[in-house]
Amino acid sequence: MFAVLRDLVRYNVEFTIGAILVAVIVIFACLSFFSPVDPTQVYLAIPDQPPGAQYWFGSNSRGQDMFWQLSFAFRNTLTFGLTVALLSRIISIAVGLAAGYLGGWVDRVLMFINDIFVAIPIFPILILFYFVMRSNLNGFTLALVMACFGWPYDARLIRSVTLGLRHREFTRQAVFAGMSPAKIMLEEHLPYVMPIIFATTMANMIWSIGLEVTLAVLGFTNINIPTVGTTLYWANNHSAMVVGVWWWILIPVIIVVLLFIGLFLLAVSLNEYIDPRSRLRRMGA
Amino acid sequence: MKAYLLFALKRFIQLLAVIFAGCSIAFVVSHLSPISPVESIIGRVSGQSSYSPEAIASLRATLTELFGLNVPLHEQYFNFLRRLVSFDFGPSLLAFPRPAMQLVMLALPWTFGLLTVSTLLTWLLGNIAGGLAGYYQNSRALKALGIVAIGLQPIPYYIVAFLMVIIFGFLWPVLPISGGFAMNVRPAFTPEFIFSILHYSILPAASLTIVGIGTWFLGMRALVSNIVTEDYVTFAELGGVGRNRIAFSYVIRNAMVPQLTSLAMTLGGIFSGTIITEQVFGYPGLGSLLVTAVNGGDSATTLAVSCIAVIAVASAIFIIDLVHPLIDPRVRTE
Repeated sequence: MFAVLRDLVRYNVEFTIGAILVAVIVIFACLSFFSPVDPTQVYLAIPDQPPGAQYWFGSNSRGQDMFWQLSFAFRNTLTFGLTVALLSRIISIAVGLAAGYLGGWVDRVLMFINDIFVAIPIFPILILFYFVMRSNLNGFTLALVMACFGWPYDARLIRSVTLGLRHREFTRQAVFAGMSPAKIMLEEHLPYVMPIIFATTMANMIWSIGLEVTLAVLGFTNINIPTVGTTLYWANNHSAMVVGVWWWILIPVIIVVLLFIGLFLLAVSLNEYIDPRSRLRRMGA
Repeated sequence: MKAYLLFALKRFIQLLAVIFAGCSIAFVVSHLSPISPVESIIGRVSGQSSYSPEAIASLRATLTELFGLNVPLHEQYFNFLRRLVSFDFGPSLLAFPRPAMQLVMLALPWTFGLLTVSTLLTWLLGNIAGGLAGYYQNSRALKALGIVAIGLQPIPYYIVAFLMVIIFGFLWPVLPISGGFAMNVRPAFTPEFIFSILHYSILPAASLTIVGIGTWFLGMRALVSNIVTEDYVTFAELGGVGRNRIAFSYVIRNAMVPQLTSLAMTLGGIFSGTIITEQVFGYPGLGSLLVTAVNGGDSATTLAVSCIAVIAVASAIFIIDLVHPLIDPRVRTE
């Protein structure tokens, strides 16, 4: 594990940049645990102060210190993205391994369902959920709903890898040794799939955070929970750009773009590392 | 030919399954609602002036029947499926008593036009540029384009659209940032009207293209840089086939096939992006209708837009799947 990390840092600039970006933002989000202010309260700071010594990221028209506000926002957003990624990983691993290893009609049925989920446009469905639940729609429910739609691409990817593993020597030996199919899938095949799972986790987080921002900007989530999207929603609500409170929009946008670039670089460099050809080319062997 | 028909039939069954599953999910979700549409209309009506209890009771009975809520849930579901075949979603709440479907039909051409043009443009430009970048790996301009694509690709769509509104709305106001056509043009089949539509669609379409192009560019470049190492490309080069001819008819043509499959797989996501586009640019399409319907508590229209979205995306995927064998001979013979 450490050897892998060391190689990645040594030979892959993209990985290092991505890891630093994500780490800085995670630390920034964790600062919210030490925050002196309650993010749901308004008019605690002098409104509309530009970034300066007193308010590092300025303060918004609702009288909130943007530094702590954004710190909470990124904590919630990151937690949300990670929850969606973890939950959807569980589904995609289960479906991918089962479809790939068991094959036959299990494969056909699972992939049929998979194709249906790929084709359903998720955004109208998410808006329907908001329409029904209104402000009862908390972060976890939304994460659960999105996880139910976020697995099909990766399940297909995992299936294609497992299809190749099925005919390998060690699988046959495991079968002859009397291992149950569930045990073969989890103990023999899962480790091979793990790198792909890490790479797709990043991609999945980009997808889910992007959707959350979009939903929140339209006001289709619980707007009282600070996230990156709701921060932008309130900024639009107070016409921040027109009034001239540019830092209210610009700072969250810059940080979220950095987060996306960081996650994207991590996903790309892990993908490159998984493929031995491109890994060797990079190491100059 | 027989194999192709069998393939088409299989895809058609899949299309029906997708539509059935998607619309069922939409139905179930919309009926989880604790807020009854009947009560919300009654609240709105009785809030304006006072009515006798009998009048309200009879209004409630009429509305319950109109929305088909007077039967158990599973019967409502069968009614919904039966009426789905004729695209009947009941009356909308916002424009009562107009059928929700009529509102959808008014909005659909806008979304359809914007989405078709921008998706085709994005896909073709991204793939051709990506293919060239993969083939001519030493070109500086194409390398720079690759860096721009990597930088642009992870930025969430909303932010790009918003930046474009700020740039073209406040900093350099040359393009209209809101609406589907100019106010002073009468909607008719005249050159002015068509020109106005095109003029107003530049920004929404451009924002969709800018966001989408990076993915195709990077995907195509990766595909092509693998294909370039294949023997048949080396052979063609040794045989003296022109470089451009190799790039277009040997390399890019082969790499287009998997890209077509992934176009089918991303259509659902592209549709989600359009909802935001329409919201940001005030474009009178399905997305704007959906947002208005949600904000107005109009369940029939919300359900109608969701179902039509599922049907439209699934049909587009179906059409791409049918075209697939025509481009890839290997699928044809299967």
